[in-house]
Amino acid sequence: MTSSLFTNARLIDPEAQSDATGWLLVKGGRIAAIGTGTPPKDADRVIDASGKCLAPGIVDIGVKTCEPGERHKESIRTAGAAAAAGGVTTMVTRPDTDPCIDTPEALAFVKRRGEQVSPVRMLPMAALTKGRAGREMTEIGFLLDAGAAAFTDCDHVVTDTKVLTRAMTYARGLGALIIMHPQEPGLSGGAAVTSGKFASLKGLPAVPPMAERIGLERDLALVEMTRVRYHADQISTAAALPALARAKAAGLDVTAGASIHHLTLNEFDVGDYRTFFKVKPPLRAEDDRLAMVQAVADGTLDIISSMHTPQDEESKRLPFEAAASGAVALETLLPAAMRLYHAGDLNLPQLFRAMALNPARRLGLDAGTLAQGAPADLVLFDPDAPFVLDRFTLRSKSKNTPFDGMRMEGKVLMTLVAGDIVFERDAA
Amino acid sequence: MSFAKRHLLGIEPLHPTEITTVLDLADRYAEMGRGTAKHGDALAGLTQINMFFENSTRTQASFELAGKRLGADVMNMSMQTSSVKKGETLIDTALTLNAMHPDLLVVRHPHSGAVNLLAEKVTCAVLNAGDGRHEHPTQALLDALTIRRAKGRLHRLNIAICGDIAHSRVARSNILLLGKMENRVKLVGPSTLIPAGAADWGVEVYDDMRAGLAGADVVMMLRLQKERMDGGFIPSEREYYHRFGLDAEKLSCAKDDAIVMHPGPMNRGVEIDGTIADDINRSVIQEQVEMGVAVRMAAMDLLARNLRATRQEGGGVYV
Repeated sequence: MTSSLFTNARLIDPEAQSDATGWLLVKGGRIAAIGTGTPPKDADRVIDASGKCLAPGIVDIGVKTCEPGERHKESIRTAGAAAAAGGVTTMVTRPDTDPCIDTPEALAFVKRRGEQVSPVRMLPMAALTKGRAGREMTEIGFLLDAGAAAFTDCDHVVTDTKVLTRAMTYARGLGALIIMHPQEPGLSGGAAVTSGKFASLKGLPAVPPMAERIGLERDLALVEMTRVRYHADQISTAAALPALARAKAAGLDVTAGASIHHLTLNEFDVGDYRTFFKVKPPLRAEDDRLAMVQAVADGTLDIISSMHTPQDEESKRLPFEAAASGAVALETLLPAAMRLYHAGDLNLPQLFRAMALNPARRLGLDAGTLAQGAPADLVLFDPDAPFVLDRFTLRSKSKNTPFDGMRMEGKVLMTLVAGDIVFERDAA
Repeated sequence: MSFAKRHLLGIEPLHPTEITTVLDLADRYAEMGRGTAKHGDALAGLTQINMFFENSTRTQASFELAGKRLGADVMNMSMQTSSVKKGETLIDTALTLNAMHPDLLVVRHPHSGAVNLLAEKVTCAVLNAGDGRHEHPTQALLDALTIRRAKGRLHRLNIAICGDIAHSRVARSNILLLGKMENRVKLVGPSTLIPAGAADWGVEVYDDMRAGLAGADVVMMLRLQKERMDGGFIPSEREYYHRFGLDAEKLSCAKDDAIVMHPGPMNRGVEIDGTIADDINRSVIQEQVEMGVAVRMAAMDLLARNLRATRQEGGGVYV
């Protein structure tokens, strides 16, 4: 059984909320021991971290691999490579492919592809309703047996509350987790940006922030009724937060998350109709962004995800209204998160609580922690290493990142999955 | 005289002195248009292509006439019936046309920002003839010229812009231009047609037309853009006319010498009473059309000068 020892590492433990220098021993794909004193001497291989950070690998809920259906934009292989380079050790993939993942057969295909070609772990999610059409629930039982991590229709809102109630009740019986992107589609239909002074000046169709709260309040009322396990993903507005806090205080099994873009960018970044900044829900006002960051700090928001959504050049080189939504983010998640660290908004244990520990717990995984016996899914990174992002250096097939040309800090040096190195940055 | 822009994409990037430059030159072209020798040679040898992705009669005719009066070779392309229908993207269309070496590209497009996108991809000068709900700069310039000629100045005026602000690119360009020239701008309309955040634009917002028109030097009416509305913004045209249609009674709240403007085409009996529109003592609507040609001549002349200057500096094949 080979063993590796990281010495002189800055250990970021989200469970203990600690950030201290020490050593970590990996044996048999698991974390065998961790300490701050003199490291053990019997390791096969010693890696001197020279003061860099060692943290549990990121568990990213909501990655779109575009496979099946849109392999010109991304594939499970390229998404996996991007994830490894970004310190993401578990990709939880979205079912909004073409065709969507709404049958156990489709899920088994995606799962098998993940095992064959992805260097990092891959957990597929399944659609909540057939064809993500909001009319009939999917075979939730079969899909769970096939390994579905959670059930979501992604950006399609199930508008029929009777259908949603039944799906929730059925899922409740099986203990399945449901993930929704809350939104009131009557208000958000056709919108490209968030409403306000900027949207009006640019003449773009806009959705009022209140549409998110309306959708969330509806979902939470149904959760209260059905008692399903529920995760509200893609929360982006301050107006939605009190409802979340109330639901949690009332003891509902509710968690919530935001994408890294809504934590680090705002509506003005769209500037002169830059379509790489078109995401769904749209980038919000700066007040909303600050409220999201604060909510991650105080725990109202549990999870930060990349919302990795590859789009090719043809889908983006269009007038803003006509352009596709979404941004690639597997490789920029960590450096973007470091913005929040360097700004003093969140410390590293808080960030990895939201990027690793909480998502792992929500999905019932034993990853996301530096505890003894946990899987050795680890990321070694330098939080201070500066660089200017060139989008053509990304491993994703699609290069649609809003951070192109921006100054960033934070480089992943090494990524391990079950103790195996799946990514190592060249010394250069 | 200064006008240091490669394109005319909107009022937003323009400096007040650049606006004045366009208007001063347009004044001269307006005089030329009234004379017997209507022809100049400022654009001689240049090719102007009008690309209209949206129906237009008035603006396209105005740009065509402006180009022809200055000696350009003008080509009109109605993009609604062309390769766009066959699935060609905006950028491919632009690159195709660019390969024919036009000098001036006049573009109207139903999507906000589409003209900016196109301008990034071509080597000629681009004029925005209206993009979605974003900007319509030549309309704002012709309105400004009309106001300046009628009122003798373009600053410290009390100007009411009335009606469908939300769907109007004309309103956005006018608000920007009149604000830059330091006027008091008031927006009047039902709250459903006032865009979100308008109160932060440095304008006053009224939903009572009589209060909004009080003391106005200029009353600028907008067309109710029924084709851009996706659902009921107003309960009915008759209620709209009752509350926001410009008639003699509401106009009496403005100054006695207030002028009435409308970018056309008008919905008579919806946003404006026909007798007001035709009242030669108050309405400057026909003058607006006349100034439209003059302003477009001036804008294309200035852009062509910059184009020639850059090409001479750069040497290359064009010299």
